[in-house]
Amino acid sequence: MTPTPSIFAPIFIAATALFLWSCWKRLSLTALGRTDNRLHDIGQRIGDTLAYAFAQRRVLAKPSGLIHLAIFWCFLVLMVANAEFLLHGLFPAISFSSLPDGLFGPVLQIIDAVSLITLAAVTAAAIRRAVAPPYPEARTFEAFFILMLIAVLMLASFGVNAAKISAMPPTTQQIARELLPISGWFVPYIPVEQSKLIHDLSWWVHALVLLLFMNLLPLSKHFHIITAIPNIFLRRLEQPALPEKEQFTAGNRFGIDRADAYTWKELLDAFSCTECGRCQNDCPAHATGKPLNPRQVIHNLKLNLLKNGSSLKQGNAPLQPLIGEGAGSISEEAIWACTTCGACLESCPVFIEQMPKLIPLRRHLVEMESKFPEELLNLFENMEGRSNPWGIAPSERGKWATLLGERPFEAGTTEYLFYVGCAGSFDSRAKQVTLALAQLLDKANVSWGILGKDELCCGDSLRRLGNEFVFDKLATQNVALFKEQGVKKVIVQCPHCLTTLKNDYRQYGIKLEVIHHSQLLLHLVQDGRLTLPRQAKELGSLLYHDSCYLGRHNGIYDEPREALALAVGTAPKEMERNRENGFCCGAGGGRMWMEEFTGERINLVRVKEALQQQPDTVCTACPYCLTMFEDGLKDLRQDEQVRVKDIAEVLAEAVLRPPPPA
Amino acid sequence: MLIVACIKQVPDTTQVKIDPITNTLVREGIPFIMNPYDTHALEAALQLKDRFGCRVAVLSMGPPNAEATLRKALSAGVDRAILLSDRCFGGADTLATSKVLASAIQRLNDTVEPVGLVICGKQTIDGDTAQVGPGIAVRLGYQQLTLVDKVEELDLATRRLVVSRKLEGRHERVAAPLPAMLTVVREINRPRYPTVPMRLAAATAQVEVWNNEILKLDTGTVGLKGSPTWVSKIFSPERDKGELLGDGINDPSGAVQLLMDKLLEKDLLPL
Repeated sequence: MTPTPSIFAPIFIAATALFLWSCWKRLSLTALGRTDNRLHDIGQRIGDTLAYAFAQRRVLAKPSGLIHLAIFWCFLVLMVANAEFLLHGLFPAISFSSLPDGLFGPVLQIIDAVSLITLAAVTAAAIRRAVAPPYPEARTFEAFFILMLIAVLMLASFGVNAAKISAMPPTTQQIARELLPISGWFVPYIPVEQSKLIHDLSWWVHALVLLLFMNLLPLSKHFHIITAIPNIFLRRLEQPALPEKEQFTAGNRFGIDRADAYTWKELLDAFSCTECGRCQNDCPAHATGKPLNPRQVIHNLKLNLLKNGSSLKQGNAPLQPLIGEGAGSISEEAIWACTTCGACLESCPVFIEQMPKLIPLRRHLVEMESKFPEELLNLFENMEGRSNPWGIAPSERGKWATLLGERPFEAGTTEYLFYVGCAGSFDSRAKQVTLALAQLLDKANVSWGILGKDELCCGDSLRRLGNEFVFDKLATQNVALFKEQGVKKVIVQCPHCLTTLKNDYRQYGIKLEVIHHSQLLLHLVQDGRLTLPRQAKELGSLLYHDSCYLGRHNGIYDEPREALALAVGTAPKEMERNRENGFCCGAGGGRMWMEEFTGERINLVRVKEALQQQPDTVCTACPYCLTMFEDGLKDLRQDEQVRVKDIAEVLAEAVLRPPPPA
Repeated sequence: MLIVACIKQVPDTTQVKIDPITNTLVREGIPFIMNPYDTHALEAALQLKDRFGCRVAVLSMGPPNAEATLRKALSAGVDRAILLSDRCFGGADTLATSKVLASAIQRLNDTVEPVGLVICGKQTIDGDTAQVGPGIAVRLGYQQLTLVDKVEELDLATRRLVVSRKLEGRHERVAAPLPAMLTVVREINRPRYPTVPMRLAAATAQVEVWNNEILKLDTGTVGLKGSPTWVSKIFSPERDKGELLGDGINDPSGAVQLLMDKLLEKDLLPL
């Protein structure tokens, strides 16, 4: 069957129409979502797209990413080749041969070489997936089938070229083989008399497999070939990702319990997932056997949209619940397992936002259905009634400062508000950190004061747990107090207070200059306001653990390390997973206040990872991490050998302890 | 059948201080809460509403600001919230209080819907008398079932109820005909957490106020005048002031040494 336009054109038109229809069927579902402006800061968006889509920066974080980079770039080149192939099939007059001589040769050479690279890359990808898959369930038929189709396309294209060369007279054949050296390898295997047959056969295989491949894209995870680049371009630029503020007026619904309550971009995420498994491998809940898998969250959102799409489009209720059991739903247990550590956001090559999709589901459960793990009832009531997690009398909040004398924040006089936070005010271990920090601030003559009993909880746990109603109350009151007192600069010792005051409270109309104590202490040492008469060698070798809310959420990685290095003279040791890849202690997202019934305890996994480095002292920069590490070491009976210190305590050792007698 | 839950607004006792001169509670700046036992009474009433479809009214006697606590009850899902408030009700002891509450319950029974059950907390955390619930039962002639930790059966047709009472070291299973007054202990249930739509609805819902013009009680039998019990003095037990030993900040080991010496001297260490 000679490739003639009269036969090919109807097939091509039908296949293209089917492809477009499939794409439309899926992409039009994103229109069900709420509006969200993702077209501001175009310059940055273009830059990010170049870095993350075209240079594949996040894909390359793992060595296997190189294979993907090769396939990606080969695809871009082969898109040109395939466009020519299809156009030539429809309009035989269109061909690379009409290119000028200087261009024609290199184009053919490049395509020939790129086809070989593609073949090698898909072979490598198949072997990698078979031998060392990103996750066990990744060995799907679909994945291998697509790779096989690409390989067939390459072989068919070599077949077309080789058959053409084989039919040429010897002189032209020589030139052609120089232009198409790889295809030339196949020429000796093609008998001249069968070259026409092999050419036509290869051509049709190539054409039909190409159209099949195209039609499989929207139906599979390979839809990302179409959606990933736009998804990166349309990514959320604000860091960290803040939950939306809710308007508490009667008649409103709170949180999300159906797919169309997300924004269109959040729904586009569902169609952009490559199922690469990076998020699930980095997720502390998944890694310790909890039923949460960020990849599945996105996958289930996609299934939910596909199942409910036509019903929702007609304005009817969804057929499949978004919160629930089974494929197409997200289970309550998964929703509550998230520590909001942000590892999934950091790892996704195409900037899908997994964790921020869970918070509105928690909001729905708490605010609309009053359904949450029972441990949280006390927390919610204590927070609302007494503005701290333990329900301790608010009048006790400033008591830690008794030993230092009254230290009220005085409007107009005091430079820094020391916002102590609940742990720093009430937790006996964290209070030691508070005292160490306060003494260092005094030593450096920093002008600071506290709000004492008027300080309210920042509301971090409430917001991450979806109790936006009570969070809103606390935030409103805190912000009013800050404004009344003229607070501009704030010192915090807790990364959760940091992120809430600095980022979340912007939604309440206040822009505070919030500084974490690890940053401030480093600056004070660097400016000579704190002098280190000695190095705290008695703490032995230090190991630093990144707090998720200090690191991933607020990008503070270096200052704590530098401060520790100054205090002991050497840089702290690092765990295998550190900085952007740091592993959560297990207490974020309100998990501090919940039981951990399923799987291994997250803090034990992290403590074991720390112990591999054989530290004498684990250094933390967050009261939750401090608690989780101390508990973990006790559980593993290592608390005699390894101690846990906050950065302020380490610096206090070096700054405040008298030097040993000479 | 109407179920009436009686609740009281009390000062958050963990935050309460007593004025050493006047011997009264310092109420300024102290947050008020729903008496914790009453939250369980309310929940018990609401659970019966969920199961049997009865209506629930909630009553509270107190000053006008007790309305806030009644709104909490509305946000939990009661059908009707009534504040019994009049200057002449003030200063009441448990006898006078139970008279006002009983009279309001009687009024609901006569004018709205027959009352089958009255549910109270076992006691309040400010007065700790545990007398108001029984007082209501006596005045209304209702069956009195105190310290209930489980409503085992309720048969609306035969108007009969079986409850479990939590006593020291044992449980008692008691059957009684309706109408009955129950006081409940914490173990009976876990109070619900109100949803946001319910809270928003409660914020604008009507809290009825019944004063003595409505209840028409003899003013000599209510409030201070109707209270044979008088509080002559409230005081905190004297406590020795502690002593700060050494300088724990700059010389922790010295401070520990001083403490150890002191403990040894007083023979307080189990050696």
